[in-house]
Amino acid sequence: MQAIEIDKVQPLIDAFAGKDVYVHLETTNGAYASHFNENAYNVGAFIRNAHVRYQHGKIVGTGGSFRVGLKLDLGWVYAEGVTDFEMDDQNRLLMAGHDVEGRLMVALEISETPFSHESEDA
Amino acid sequence: MQRHVLVIFPHPDDESFGASGTIAQFREQGVPVTYLCGTLGEMGRNMGNPIFANRENLYTFRKQELFEAAKKLDIQVEMLGYRDKTLEFEPQKEVSERIRSYIDTLKPNLIITHYPGYAVHPDHNALGAAVMEAVRTMDSNEQLEVWAHAISNQHEDELGPPDVVHDVTPYWEQKLNAIETHLSQASGMMSLLKDSQKDDTQTSEQLERLRTERYYRLSIKK
Ligand SMILES: [Zn+2]
Repeated sequence: MQAIEIDKVQPLIDAFAGKDVYVHLETTNGAYASHFNENAYNVGAFIRNAHVRYQHGKIVGTGGSFRVGLKLDLGWVYAEGVTDFEMDDQNRLLMAGHDVEGRLMVALEISETPFSHESEDA
Repeated sequence: MQRHVLVIFPHPDDESFGASGTIAQFREQGVPVTYLCGTLGEMGRNMGNPIFANRENLYTFRKQELFEAAKKLDIQVEMLGYRDKTLEFEPQKEVSERIRSYIDTLKPNLIITHYPGYAVHPDHNALGAAVMEAVRTMDSNEQLEVWAHAISNQHEDELGPPDVVHDVTPYWEQKLNAIETHLSQASGMMSLLKDSQKDDTQTSEQLERLRTERYYRLSIKK
């Protein structure tokens, strides 16, 4: 992954607009948050392979942290805090935000083919 | 002497953090050990430090790390093929039947797994519970022992002291070596360990926890 530059990522988001795409959206603070800090609270959510079509999408942000919004016919896909991106070898746009220790905090990924949903060895 | 030890945890690296000293000791005694790993840790938060993995390729690194750690520990690996974070939502009966088929084939007389309800991560608790269901369905399990690894902060208040306490200092090098193999996950822990001059209590507590592997013997009566 590399640091997000709007000029590089916006055209990639545009390229998926109006197509049937699969989305992976995730946020997490880890399964051990409240184990290491009793005042912390474990929070996380993910949706894998939401099958959507967005009219348009936009990446906005400053200071190295970005928000992405994808406008659907009937709603929105939204992620805040993405910092890095990559077009992987399967033409999937992967975006993620990491903390200072490199741990993933948020991810938004867009693909024309489904993401693997079971372990590859299943 | 143990005939065959079956270690059952959900994530690549659970075996190294939670049992690699004990495993090294068994291997030294010539006891065969198999690690049955529930998932490939696909949803792990750690992507390496500095980052080298992403959500979609993390499993390829973790699988490789698992095989390398197993090679270093000289143990066999089997994989259940579930997806990280989802084990507690699978039908427990189905998971326990899968585990049962491995037990029937490998015929271990010791199983090491997580203590259900006291193992913090939902996958740990779910897989530990499925293991217990599996052994309870066996017709003859008199020869079988289950050692359960508890992790939660207050578990000793409720469970009392552990039944099995292994000081793994003699196998410390092997243990560090195994942990270090899980490069995508362990960089934080490794820098902590290498910087063990640090004398704050949390660091020494974590070190102490790694130096001693503790287990509760679970009753497997039906
Ligand atoms: Zn684990």
